[in-house]
Amino acid sequence: MLKTSLYFLGLALACLLLADIEVTTSDPWGELGRMAKGAAGPDLAALLLFKEALLNTVVFAFCGLAGGVVGGSVLAFFFHWTPVRLFCAFLRAVHEIFWAFLFLPVVGLNPLCGVLAIGVPYAGIFAKVYAEIRQEADQRPLQALPLATDPISAFFYAVLPGLYAAIKSYTSYRFECALRSSAILGFIGLPTLGFHLETAFREGLYAEAAALLYVFYLLIASLRYWIKPRLVMLYVAVSFLLIAKDSALSWANMVRFFTYEILPWPMRRQGFAEGTYEVAFPVAEVGQWAWRILAGEGLTGLWNTVVLTQIVLVGTGLFALVAFGAISRHMTRPLVGRVGHWALIVMRTTPEYILAYVMVQLWGPSMLPAIGAIVLHNGAIMAYLTGQNADLLRLRLDAPRKRANRYFYEILPRIYGQFLAFLFYRWEVMMRESAILGILGIYTLGFFIDSAISDDKLDKAVFLILITALLNMGIDTVSQWVRRGLRLSSGKVSTLEP
Amino acid sequence: MFNLDKVSVAYGDESVLHDISLRIDAGEQVVLIGPSGAGKSTLLKKLYELSAERAAFIHQDYALVPQLSAFHNVYAGRLDQCGVVDNLVNLVRPRPKDVDQVEPLLAELGLADKLFEPVSELSGGQQQRVAVARAIYRGSDLVMGDEPVSAIDPHQSGTVLDLLKRRAGTLVLAMHDVQLAQGYFDRLVGLRLGRIVFDRPVEGVDEAILRDLYRPC
Repeated sequence: MLKTSLYFLGLALACLLLADIEVTTSDPWGELGRMAKGAAGPDLAALLLFKEALLNTVVFAFCGLAGGVVGGSVLAFFFHWTPVRLFCAFLRAVHEIFWAFLFLPVVGLNPLCGVLAIGVPYAGIFAKVYAEIRQEADQRPLQALPLATDPISAFFYAVLPGLYAAIKSYTSYRFECALRSSAILGFIGLPTLGFHLETAFREGLYAEAAALLYVFYLLIASLRYWIKPRLVMLYVAVSFLLIAKDSALSWANMVRFFTYEILPWPMRRQGFAEGTYEVAFPVAEVGQWAWRILAGEGLTGLWNTVVLTQIVLVGTGLFALVAFGAISRHMTRPLVGRVGHWALIVMRTTPEYILAYVMVQLWGPSMLPAIGAIVLHNGAIMAYLTGQNADLLRLRLDAPRKRANRYFYEILPRIYGQFLAFLFYRWEVMMRESAILGILGIYTLGFFIDSAISDDKLDKAVFLILITALLNMGIDTVSQWVRRGLRLSSGKVSTLEP
Repeated sequence: MFNLDKVSVAYGDESVLHDISLRIDAGEQVVLIGPSGAGKSTLLKKLYELSAERAAFIHQDYALVPQLSAFHNVYAGRLDQCGVVDNLVNLVRPRPKDVDQVEPLLAELGLADKLFEPVSELSGGQQQRVAVARAIYRGSDLVMGDEPVSAIDPHQSGTVLDLLKRRAGTLVLAMHDVQLAQGYFDRLVGLRLGRIVFDRPVEGVDEAILRDLYRPC
């Protein structure tokens, strides 16, 4: 385990040397000062203007989550089937923002686009987690049923009751994520909080931006007071009613998208020139087209994405190893622990995209803001989970009193395996984030996808998104190898999220 | 009902039962006894496989759904006899006619006040009685049980065994409490190291034969 850790550490240091890290803004400290001033005096009056965006954020999250739960539940039943498993891995591998890019031309800039962008990847996530929860479930009640019991009754009497608690807690955690996803979809034009956040940041209205962020924190912090099992169905129904009037799905658009617009340009060129819009199959030219993208933007994007991913993987780990000490009852006084706990909650509640956006405003586009944002967001999640694990430990009465000894001799050795398992579990999450932050001007895959979309080259964007998805699935596989190779078990999947 | 002729069972390379010949007629009530690891559970499972469509089985580890109420766990014994819609309705809102059938059974087992309590809230002995109730509620003329009263106090054990005897028709149990078995049943089958050592009426089971059955290996 130590050897593997050092190997990854060395790799990350090498990547750090190769990474493009610089501050390109002229007055980062002045900017930070203005932001701090905004944070100290949020413009609460402006919030009245953003009522609708706030409502949209919640409504999209409800609809997207509901879609994801339904889709994921169905897929979970067939998860043992390899094509379904790969399909789900693909759904998960593409970030919500990329899905939104894909759905924009199909359904247009309307609520349905946001709902699909959340629902589709979440279906892939739910399918996996639900299937894993089911695998861990007690099989004995099922075997005790009368042999001729129909499968539906058997499922509801002997399977679902055992899974319900785990599914409920995971799904409600995911609602928090859906709110984050919904908020950041505003950055690409959907009418959620992110839309106004982007405007406020771009125009330097930091008091307004701070007010928006505070409302978002309040929304997340208040979840447990207004999300009640009995009310969720009502919320979902109302949410669907609210989006129904603005959503339109054009079948013709969809067909056009899948059978024409995403096809490689060489296949469409001749028909386009002649005005017939016919599709040809010039294999060699398509090959050249693919090769040009792959060798050009593809390779640059892949390289930078991987470099960034490796840096943030280790950075997140180091951050968490230090930060969990600040909240663990074995390492710190209760008061300090409470403060640390809240600081971590704020960091993990802020979507990494927003953190990165703020840091780009401060330092200009380079890998620096991306590293900062991903490490803070994921590190906070990891530190929280690791701290909770550490608190489960019961130290002997005569454990070392000096904190460093206690940390290195009693705590770290006991939790390190599970910590690594968590970290590698999040590897592909960090890769997805590394790719998406390209939209902010860092040369990872997201940058080139965003450019292709701006140039209206959907074929190229789809091709690059496919590459991103494959990279993600590849990293997921490598992560499984590493975890298996080190015999790391993170315990139950349902406990893998805060 | 059962007529085994020189049946052997092996898990992988490890042979668990050797040359078992056993005949059990309809209406007979038989108890398998013998030291741990003698093959009692394996033999019971074997018999269950032969009659899985109709038999009711009381599991050693109860195999209840802890999140569901005692009523629902007992009702699950008859899931195959009702339609899907009925079953799902019952899950959300128990129908009075089903409650009326389950309630007296649980009452007889001393669980009248636990009808709608989640099973996870019950003690070990109470859970085991729910498992027994589920098997009886199944309404089969053949009931098998692997240590059906292991967690129940001596006084209650008698009630449970009486109820089983009355309601089960054919009954095959595995028990570790020999005195209890002798007190309630007419035919005992002794197993040791995967073989049937004796199979005789309870009057023929004396101290010597038991000492031999349970002697250290």
